[in-house]
Amino acid sequence: MKHIITLNKKNLKKTAAKGGCGECQTSCQSACKTSCTVANQKCEK
Amino acid sequence: MIHKYTLGGINIVLDINSGGVHIVDELTFAILDYIRPPLSEKCPDNVVMALKDDYREEEIERAYSELYELYKGDSLFSSDDYRQFAADEAVLNAPVKAMCLHVAHDCNLRCSYCFASTGDFGSGRRIMDLETGKRAIDYLLENSGNRRNLELDFFGGEPLMNFDVVKEIVKYAREREKAYGKNFRFTITTNGVLLSDDKIDFINKEMSNIVLSIDGRKSVNDRIRTCIDGSGSYDIIMKKFKNLAKKRGDKEYYVRGTFTKYNLDFADDVLHLYDEGFDQISIEPAVCDEEMDWAITAEDLPTIFAEYERLADEILRIRRKGEHINFFHFMIDLGQGPCAIKRLRGCGCGNEYIAVTPEGDIYPCHQFVGMEEWKMGSLDGGNLDTQKKKYFAAANLYNKEGCSDCWAKFYCSGGCNANNQIYAGDVLKPHSLACEMQKKRIECAIMVKAAMALSE
Ligand code: SF4
Ligand code: SF4
Ligand code: SF4
Repeated sequence: MKHIITLNKKNLKKTAAKGGCGECQTSCQSACKTSCTVANQKCEK
Repeated sequence: MIHKYTLGGINIVLDINSGGVHIVDELTFAILDYIRPPLSEKCPDNVVMALKDDYREEEIERAYSELYELYKGDSLFSSDDYRQFAADEAVLNAPVKAMCLHVAHDCNLRCSYCFASTGDFGSGRRIMDLETGKRAIDYLLENSGNRRNLELDFFGGEPLMNFDVVKEIVKYAREREKAYGKNFRFTITTNGVLLSDDKIDFINKEMSNIVLSIDGRKSVNDRIRTCIDGSGSYDIIMKKFKNLAKKRGDKEYYVRGTFTKYNLDFADDVLHLYDEGFDQISIEPAVCDEEMDWAITAEDLPTIFAEYERLADEILRIRRKGEHINFFHFMIDLGQGPCAIKRLRGCGCGNEYIAVTPEGDIYPCHQFVGMEEWKMGSLDGGNLDTQKKKYFAAANLYNKEGCSDCWAKFYCSGGCNANNQIYAGDVLKPHSLACEMQKKRIECAIMVKAAMALSE
């Protein structure tokens, strides 16, 4: 492509089918904690 | 749904439902103002008409066809197919697997913004005894179903005020985890005043992460984070934190601070901490009653937005020199982030995650501690309040006000339930001030990624 550069190759949709196992870290977003946006969490699968 | 913005001279288009992040040129950026799904293969006439004064017709058509290709590939104007997972039984019946253990409702500092009312959560100074700590470990082992990784954060007040018990709890958990086939990950959040070499060595050995509270520059820190006698804490804690970071090597830790109306130039605090040798840094807006002098209000937003942009530029400057800095709120994993289901509800509070007080009472999370009406049970009392657990399990992007139409939804996951409760009086009503800051941070975070990708 000439006009567009896509940064991520992975489509979120593909993650839903096998997701939700719950092994990853809980992600408190509050100011007093290990806060972060969910999007930076690691998937444990 | 898409979200487009220009930051740092880069035109960015986010396709919300696929997670697609696209960098586009001016022309493509402009075309997006004129098109809505469903897209046709042929470039619509109105697009050509609107842009032909500024661009050649073939060029417009070529850019459009690239957009169409993304559309066909489901990474532009993709649909939100995730609602079906919101009520997934596995999530609704998720076992408890993470705990915030309040080992000390007491503190040796008197930070004025403390949400825990100087450490005691408004209910008197208390220290957790070892028996209660052990019961908390047993509770997690017995109630975590098939989850292998268990998280336990030693929290307070100030957990180092009860460190002997912390050590014994860790020992007990390590003795027990194998029999259950579990793996405990311990973390601790501390103000640092009581850190000693012994404690540092123990923490570095046993804790997978450690949060060191400091607000940045001495003047900023000492205005809020004061000792009981009113003096500042900076000189006491800074050298201890440096010692800990040095001894810790590559293991995770971070220094975290809070900004208030007093330091809306908080990028300087991040840079100060970086200059002092820390490269894992988090500085976040204080959560507090808007009546307080130092409370952030809507009128501060333009200043805060500009400051986040400045910080993003500074971080780029540092990274381009080949140096390392992580600002927590700008961390986004565009490649291997969490699955869509995880993103439907952020923290898991009251469902997978609970807080336990020194008395053994259970609350949805540390920020609900002390709100009697939210108490969910106690370590003695057997079962959790299943109604409350279900309520939190069901809180997701699709039933929080405004979230399903918000472009930031899969980065934010619906914000902080406790903040929502404190500000809007309802777990399901996001706090707009927090939302605005969240969205700005996401824009900056993605811009930093884009800028780094372009310069590679
Ligand atoms: S409700 Fe807020 S403070 Fe509580 S765990 Fe969730 S994000 Fe953290
Ligand atoms: S570990 Fe991965 S797949 Fe499992 S819930 Fe977390 S993000 Fe989703
Ligand atoms: S920014 Fe606000 S509205 Fe948007 S998803 Fe987060 S909490 Fe919901």
